[in-house]
Amino acid sequence: MKLRHLATALGGVIVAFVLLVGIFAPLLAPHDPFAQDLMRRMVPPEWMEGGSTANWLGTDQLGRDYLSRLIYGARISMLIGILTVVTSGTIGITLGVLGGFFGGRVDDVVMFAITCRLSIPLILVALTVVALLGSSLTLVILTLGLLLWDRFAVVARTTTMQVRNLDYIAAARAAGASLAHILLREVLPNILSHLLVVATLEMALAILLEATLSFLGLGVPSPLPSWGLMIAEGKDYMFFSPWVIMVPGVTLFVLVMGINLLGDGLRDLLRAERV
Amino acid sequence: MLIFVFRRAVLALLVCLTVLVVSFALTRLSGDLAASIAGPNATADDVAIIRKNYGLDRPLTQQFVDWAAAAASGDLGRSYLYHAPVSGLIRVRLPVTLTLGLSGLAIALVVAIPLGILAAMREGSAADRAIMLVALLGQAMPSFWLSLTLIIWFGLNLQWLPISGIESWQGYILPATVLAFSAIPALMRLTRAGMVDALSADYIRTARAKGLSRSKIVLKHALRNAAMPVVSIAAVQLGFMLGGSIVIETVFALPGIGYLAWESISKNDFPVVQAVVMILALLYIGLTLLADLMNAVLDPRLRAS
Amino acid sequence: MSPVLEVANLRVDFSGRTAAVRGVSLKVQRGETHCLVGESGCGKSVSALAVMGLLARGAVRDADVLRFQDTDLTRLSERGMARLRGDKMAMIFQEPMTSLNPAYTIGSQMAEVYERHRGAGRRAALDRAAELLGRVGITAPGMRLAQFPHQLSGGLRQRVMIAMALMCDPELLIADEPTTALDVTVQAQILRLLQTLQRELGLSLLLITHDLGIVARMANQVSVMYAGELVESATAEALFAAPTHPYTRGLLACIPIPGTVRRDEPLGSIPGTVPRISPGFAGCGFRDRCTHALPACAQTVALRSAAPGHAYRCVLPAEWT
Ligand code: SF4
Repeated sequence: MKLRHLATALGGVIVAFVLLVGIFAPLLAPHDPFAQDLMRRMVPPEWMEGGSTANWLGTDQLGRDYLSRLIYGARISMLIGILTVVTSGTIGITLGVLGGFFGGRVDDVVMFAITCRLSIPLILVALTVVALLGSSLTLVILTLGLLLWDRFAVVARTTTMQVRNLDYIAAARAAGASLAHILLREVLPNILSHLLVVATLEMALAILLEATLSFLGLGVPSPLPSWGLMIAEGKDYMFFSPWVIMVPGVTLFVLVMGINLLGDGLRDLLRAERV
Repeated sequence: MLIFVFRRAVLALLVCLTVLVVSFALTRLSGDLAASIAGPNATADDVAIIRKNYGLDRPLTQQFVDWAAAAASGDLGRSYLYHAPVSGLIRVRLPVTLTLGLSGLAIALVVAIPLGILAAMREGSAADRAIMLVALLGQAMPSFWLSLTLIIWFGLNLQWLPISGIESWQGYILPATVLAFSAIPALMRLTRAGMVDALSADYIRTARAKGLSRSKIVLKHALRNAAMPVVSIAAVQLGFMLGGSIVIETVFALPGIGYLAWESISKNDFPVVQAVVMILALLYIGLTLLADLMNAVLDPRLRAS
Repeated sequence: MSPVLEVANLRVDFSGRTAAVRGVSLKVQRGETHCLVGESGCGKSVSALAVMGLLARGAVRDADVLRFQDTDLTRLSERGMARLRGDKMAMIFQEPMTSLNPAYTIGSQMAEVYERHRGAGRRAALDRAAELLGRVGITAPGMRLAQFPHQLSGGLRQRVMIAMALMCDPELLIADEPTTALDVTVQAQILRLLQTLQRELGLSLLLITHDLGIVARMANQVSVMYAGELVESATAEALFAAPTHPYTRGLLACIPIPGTVRRDEPLGSIPGTVPRISPGFAGCGFRDRCTHALPACAQTVALRSAAPGHAYRCVLPAEWT
């Protein structure tokens, strides 16, 4: 039991830390993340041979400070994670609640939409859209937001079905409450905890996907310091200086793991509540 | 049973059509295709010529119907980049992707099922916790980064395995492993959950009361019932894995349809992109259909109804 | 003649929190039907599972004597137990709907037992299964073998369970509420079947039930359990003629007409419920519901004899209760 709480707490700390780093990036970053210094390229991190305290995590192929880029990268990842979840959550929850609450034809349509969405190859379509419309942060967020709503819809649908027939909902209906009131005030609060778990999963997925798209060159445009982009740019040098991909890679891994740990903890909490 | 199959097939067909329309609309509506093809230095006349040559000046519905009709007869258009029929390109590339996907799935199953069973048998123990933790870590691993890391370790430092291309079968080992990694956590969780359920079922008590050996109880009586959802998810996972192979094929330079798609996207070769989207969607739909059918075959209760 | 099953001072704890069985002793003689009676939660099923070595994880079993024929079950390994189960001692359960594996045919599930214990081939095992299905009154046994559990009604499934239990000619059959989940008419059929089988095969039957109607109809010997303890044991005649423990008397005061107790219906109408007993509990477990309770009831109550072969656990003399 102890171990589980510890893991959840660890996840929370990681997420909160990255969030704060993202928010206060301008204050924390020791250098300008875009400033190139061609005389100081590929300087290794401080603890390696040839490293110095001027650039704690070294510099990249254009001589930009790696730590500063990493810090600003936190901003991009969190921004993408949160805004994507807000977009996809709105779409998915709306669809799921409607399908679950009304059932019948409405539900058929919702299920059909979910099936269609799942059949669309995610990465491929996201890549195509970005390639066509030109890469930008907004576009990546929009694209992912428009694609990642399936799990929200599935979970919202099933949980709504479960609460639909509960007494207080029936009571609210009998009391003549408006539909909007029932959905927003009675149904939504009762399924919110489940949706929160989905939100963590989707946030982790969105952050991973952004990194993947950027890595493939069709996500956040250079010179923005996306972690995925940093890995892509470091790829050519990784055989001689593996740290260029290890530093952003490990950071990405830790953040996503933190979000997952948090989500897992939430799920356990939910389960314990129900028992 | 027949009605069930029929309903599923009709649904699959409808989904298929919708996905095609959406993906078609996507490539056509999100910008001027002709201008993209022509490139930044083209004059307005060039663009007009391209538009005419590629039939992009016709109404969208017309374009779609033509394209779909041709696609149905196996003609997926011509690649702007390779100047070759798209269907030929795909025929050459698809086996690579399928090999990759299937070997990835095989590795994933071989790892995930025994570990899931083990975790379920020792539910709540340290071993169970450790296995689930590994699943959690696996979920957080970006596959492209894992690929690069493996390339550095195995390909370069140890020089054990080839790091790109598929001159020999060893070329598949690293990419298939990475691909498997993405499917293992889900399969493992599912196996574990199914086994935990099955092991506490009444029929397991009966099996014990019959004096059956532990291995027979777990592997025959429990696993058979736990396997049903795993089998169907495995098929669906394969669909996701094929979709995800675009990243891995790109990193390892495997000449599959994922790599082809990536190339085509960056070079605005949209007939190819369109075709790959279609193939992947079809594969996914086919696999989910297959999963439903397999479930029906595996579960005698479904088979009868 | 030595008993088929002898249990002395059987104790079962669940993860150190609940004492489910507290010192139960009983003997099942060859060819007799021994009924273990009590309300649900009194520990009767747990006792049976403990005898079979089928307790869930987290349950701890302990006993002074646990002997099946000449085998000391307390010293037997899990593997040794498995060799006995399904062969010399068999068990059937309350839930025929869920006790068969939905993924395998009746034939395969029945044959498996014979293959395991008799080393028989599939063909011989299936022949044996068909023979037993006929024996338990199932028509067209050959066809049934190929069917799956969901294709059978509850009564048929329980017959299949019985047939499966008999595959290896067991000496002892433990039946845990075998008819509780069935319709009243089917209940009567299954009970009649058990009686017939017992007579023909010379089975020793340990029948667990909460239905005194069934006890009256089936039992040679009766053990009444309450809150994990044996409160009274006697021959069926003696028990019905002269119930001694206040709990047994309460039960009998409201005996229903045989076969009319439905599942989940509380036994009798004694006010209150069976308490949950933690380890370290002392005294009579019935004292919260007993109308005769005395201060002495809070101390350990010994078993006393009402008549030869008739024991009860109460502070009161037999004449007073
Ligand atoms: S021991 Fe006391 S409480 Fe228990 S049954 Fe006898 S009189 Fe009642």
